[in-house]
Amino acid sequence: MNILVCIKQVPDMESRFKVNGTGDWYDEADLAYRMNEYDEYAVEQAVQLKEQLGNQPEITVLSIGADRVGEALKKALAMGCDKAVQVQDSDSARKDPWQIANIISAYAADKNFDVIFTGMQSQDRGSAQVGVTVAEILGHNCASTLVGFEYADGVVTAKRELEGGVKSVVKVPVPALVTCQLGLNVPRYPTLPNIMKAKKKELQLVPVASLLKEEAATGTEKLYPPVKSGGGIVLEGDLADVADRLLGILKEKTTVMK
Amino acid sequence: MKALLVCEQREGKLLDTSYELVAFAERLGAEVSLVLVGKEAQAPKITGKLYLADADKYGEYNPELHKHIVVAAVLKENPDYIIFPHSSYGWDLAPRVAATLRVGQVSEVVNIVDGKFEVSLCNGKLRRTVAPKAARAVLTVQAGAFNYTGQLSGAPQVEAIEISQGSSPLQFVGYEPAEKKEVDLGRAEIIVSAGRGVGKKENVAVIADLAKAFGGELGASRPVVDAGWVGHSHQVGTTGQTVSPKLYVACGISGAIQHLAGMKKSDFIVAINKDKEAPISEAADVMVVADVLALAPVLAEKLRAA
Repeated sequence: MNILVCIKQVPDMESRFKVNGTGDWYDEADLAYRMNEYDEYAVEQAVQLKEQLGNQPEITVLSIGADRVGEALKKALAMGCDKAVQVQDSDSARKDPWQIANIISAYAADKNFDVIFTGMQSQDRGSAQVGVTVAEILGHNCASTLVGFEYADGVVTAKRELEGGVKSVVKVPVPALVTCQLGLNVPRYPTLPNIMKAKKKELQLVPVASLLKEEAATGTEKLYPPVKSGGGIVLEGDLADVADRLLGILKEKTTVMK
Repeated sequence: MKALLVCEQREGKLLDTSYELVAFAERLGAEVSLVLVGKEAQAPKITGKLYLADADKYGEYNPELHKHIVVAAVLKENPDYIIFPHSSYGWDLAPRVAATLRVGQVSEVVNIVDGKFEVSLCNGKLRRTVAPKAARAVLTVQAGAFNYTGQLSGAPQVEAIEISQGSSPLQFVGYEPAEKKEVDLGRAEIIVSAGRGVGKKENVAVIADLAKAFGGELGASRPVVDAGWVGHSHQVGTTGQTVSPKLYVACGISGAIQHLAGMKKSDFIVAINKDKEAPISEAADVMVVADVLALAPVLAEKLRAA
């Protein structure tokens, strides 16, 4: 069996984001980057599948971006992936989901991956498109938003998260692509020996131009902070004073404080 | 301009998101037609053309068959926009339809600004406007962003839709119901919710104590539930419960768009957060800039003394 995991490196979402000089993306300077949280679940599930199958399958982890994505790839290698592919693209933020999906598909097209794992979305763009689109382009079966994954005899049994705590169960024959939702598993922390081993694993560099043949289907016009709806009261200062003022407001403006 | 709205039903019931698509299409000023895999009895109560694929024949959700059904309706109707709810249904189906039609997709639209589609970025800390490059595009619409206020009295003109593809390699096994509820947030008048900002599991007790002092129930945002700090029945948001209490107190919750969608219909919203600029401030009637773990005990004590 041959496994592919697609990961993205994203800024820490606790960061303060500023719009860049050209007004079409956030300023990437001074941000701390990490592996997209959804993708950590994808990496963990791939490694668990490999372990289930007697450590036989090879796991390739792929990421698109500038050289800094090497850090996310190294983490995935330290978690148990076997080799890494960096699609070199210093301008990946300006590719739309259709192009990103086409880059991944072009890489995967001739490599006979049986199972492809992706996160269900990225934390920064949140388009929730790339994984499913890759499956469509490759003609693989696909199940999205997984909170449960089992594999036996060439069939993935996927538990999909729907709304309100309801789940649906689908059986998906391989070759299959699954997109991973938060809570699917407990992603492992790389151990120091595994971090050391990861340094020796193969990192292949592929120029984006060799894979991307598609134009963008959508384009960003403008980026800006959310417009505040206004009217909200802001309280700050001494805790006891803040608490008194808050309770005063609640007595005045709501019916719940009797 | 024409919009084809992809309605969603589950286990014989039309989901309300279908009406939110109608509200969105009205904002677009589009002529509306609908497509549904279901039964005529579940048809949305509005006027317009409904392409109906029979649920008995095509079953509960099968993405391959639903994709071909939506594409068949697109070929008949020739719409500019094919619009899905940004739900587990839309996440799964919209990219399949967009890829099949080879058109662009704009996900999780929260607003229309100068004819462009506004979407959220970085947990709601930024917004951006996106425009498709071609005349036809697929859109998914954020739950709760567009409310339908019209009358539910019309009856659509039904046209049956059939596809030649009868089977799919994917097999739908069944639904698994939600876990038994420890708490019914839908009935609570006061909800005090804990977010990732409370830091660790032990600190949830501080928020639970504040909820008790308010005489309310404990809610939570998704990361708190995923971390196993509280059970799923406490979760507020698009994948948890949609709530509308008289008072909602968000403690250490930054305000990811999925959480906002689940609580913004609350009558009065208080947010307690160290970050004045957190996206929750957008929805809050009162934004308290403080460390919630320091403030909550003080507040609870004053409530008990009152």
